[in-house]
Amino acid sequence: MIQVSHLTKFYGPRAAVNDLSFEVKKGEIVGFLGPNGAGKSTTMKIITGFMPASEGSARVAGFDVFEDAIEVKKHIGFLPENPPVYPEMQVYDYLHFAAQLHQVPSEKIRASVDHALAKTSLGDVRNRLIGNLSKGFRQRVGLAQALVHNPDVLILDEPTVGLDPKQIIEIRELIKGLGGDHTVILSSHILPEVTATCERIIVINKGRIVAEDTIDDLTSRIKKGSIYSLLVKSPIQEGVSAIRNIAGIKTVTQVGPKLVIEIRSGSQEVRDQIVETAVQQKMGVLEFSAEKVSLEEIFLQLTTVEAPIENTGVTV
Amino acid sequence: MSLRNVWTIARKDFRNYFTSPTAYIQIASFMLIMGWMFFYTLSHFEMQSMQYQQFNMGKGASITDGIIRPVYGNMNVIFLFLVPSITMRLFSEEKKQHTIELLMTAPVTLSEIVFGKFFAAFLLIAIMLGITLVYPIILFATGNPELGPIVTSYIGTLLLGSCYLSLGIFFSSLTENQIVAYSLTFIGGLFFWLINWASQAAGPVWSEFFNYLSLINHYNNFGQGLLNSSDVIYYVSFIGIGLFLTHRVLDSLRWR
Repeated sequence: MIQVSHLTKFYGPRAAVNDLSFEVKKGEIVGFLGPNGAGKSTTMKIITGFMPASEGSARVAGFDVFEDAIEVKKHIGFLPENPPVYPEMQVYDYLHFAAQLHQVPSEKIRASVDHALAKTSLGDVRNRLIGNLSKGFRQRVGLAQALVHNPDVLILDEPTVGLDPKQIIEIRELIKGLGGDHTVILSSHILPEVTATCERIIVINKGRIVAEDTIDDLTSRIKKGSIYSLLVKSPIQEGVSAIRNIAGIKTVTQVGPKLVIEIRSGSQEVRDQIVETAVQQKMGVLEFSAEKVSLEEIFLQLTTVEAPIENTGVTV
Repeated sequence: MSLRNVWTIARKDFRNYFTSPTAYIQIASFMLIMGWMFFYTLSHFEMQSMQYQQFNMGKGASITDGIIRPVYGNMNVIFLFLVPSITMRLFSEEKKQHTIELLMTAPVTLSEIVFGKFFAAFLLIAIMLGITLVYPIILFATGNPELGPIVTSYIGTLLLGSCYLSLGIFFSSLTENQIVAYSLTFIGGLFFWLINWASQAAGPVWSEFFNYLSLINHYNNFGQGLLNSSDVIYYVSFIGIGLFLTHRVLDSLRWR
C-alpha cells in the first residue's frame, strides 16, 4: 500500500530524513517510533503530499506522491501534529467541510460525518464551537477529520497527544479496530503507545531507520544487550578470564589487544567492574567504549513510562 | 479545475465571515458611510439645481455628473480601506492555525484553493454593492438618471474592488499576521492608486506607463458610462497576476 524508497529531505544543509526505505502492506498498523526531531513528521508530510522530498520517492496505493498528488490525497486521511481545526467553526460543520473537501458524494456526507462523530465519541459536542473545546476534544475532532472520508490509508502524527488516559485507551482501541480495512501509520515518541496499537514498529533516529521489526522480535533484540570494546596494553590471559567471570557478562572475544565484551541486558552497572578488573590485573587500559549505539540506547531516549492507569509491560 | 472544490472552499470562508461579527461590522459601517455620502451628495445636488433654476443659469450638472460619479468614486475610496479587512485573514489565519495543512493534504489543487478564497471575498463585496442598489432605485423613483453610467459604475467598482481583493489575498498568503496583511494591502492599493502621480515628473514614455499602471485612471471611463475593453483587460490582468503570485507563494510553502 505504501512504498517508500531512499527518501531524503534536506532543510537547508541538514538532512531531516536520510535515505529512508520501508514498505507498509494493506491493512497493517505500523508505528513510527523515535525521539523528538527524528524525522517522523517530515516523513509523514512527504507521504501525504504536503511537501516534496529532496531525493527518493514514495508511492501510496500505486500512485507517486509527487506526480499523482491528487490521487494520493484521495486515499489518505491525515492528522498532523497540530490538529487542523477552525476554532470559529462548529464540530459538525467542520467535519461536513472536511468531507466535502475530500469529495465525499453529497448524499453520503451526513452519514459519513455521523459515523466519524460516533467513532470518536464526539456526538455530545457536535454543535459546539471547536474554539471552546478542550485540547483533548480538539485532537479527537482532528482524528474525526482524518476518518470522515473513510480513507484507505491513515497517517496519524502523535494521535494521542493531549488526551487523558481514558481517552488514550479509547483512541488506541479505535486505531486497532481500523487495521484490516485501513492501512495505518502512526508516530509516537512513547514506547508503550506503539506497542499497544501497532503490529510492526519502525524505529527512526536522526532521519535513519535503526530498526524495523515486529514488536516481539524487537523486544527480544533489545534483551540481547549491548557490546563494548576494551583496548589494553597487555591483554594477559588472567585478566581476560577475570573479566569473563564478572557476573552479567555474556561473552568476551579477544582480537589482539582489543577485547569485545557483550553485556547481558539490564546489567549496565558492570561497566564499572570491567574497568576496575582490568586496572587490578595491570592490563593497562587505553580505551573503553561502546562498540555501537545499541537499540536500547535509542529506546532510552524515548519516553518509556506513562500514566499509571495502564502498564503494557514493555519497559527497558 | 473542479468548480465543486472551488465552491466548497468559497462556501466555508464565506460562512466564516458571518460566524464572527466581522462581516456584520464591515457591511454595517460600509452602509453607514455610503448612506451618509449619498444623502449629502443628493441634498447638495438638489440645492444646486434649485439655485440654477432660480437664477435662470441653465440646467446645471446632470444626475450622472452630480450624483453618480461622486458617490461611486467615493465608494472606491471606501473599498481601499475596507477590502484589506476582508482579505487579511484568508490565508494568514489558515497558516497561523495550521489549517493550511488540511487544505494542502486534501485532494484539491492550489488553484482551487486560491479561487475559492477569492470567490468567498468577492461574494461579500458583491453583497455590499448589491445593497447600494437602493441608491439608483431612489434616483429612478424621483428623477430620470441615465442607466448606462450606473451600470458601468457598478462593473467598474466590482472590478476595482476585485483588484484590491487579489492584492489582499496575495499579501495574506505572505504572512501569519492579519495586521501585517491589512497594512501591506492598504499600502499596496494606495501605491497602485497614486502611481500616476509619478507620470508628471517622468518622460513621455514613462508617463504613459505610470498612467497605465494606475488603478484609478482606469476607473474614470467606467464613471463616465464608457465600457472600454482596455480598462477591463487591465483590471482582469491585475486580478490574474495577484492570484497567480498567491499560487506561487503557497507552492513555495511546501518546499520549506
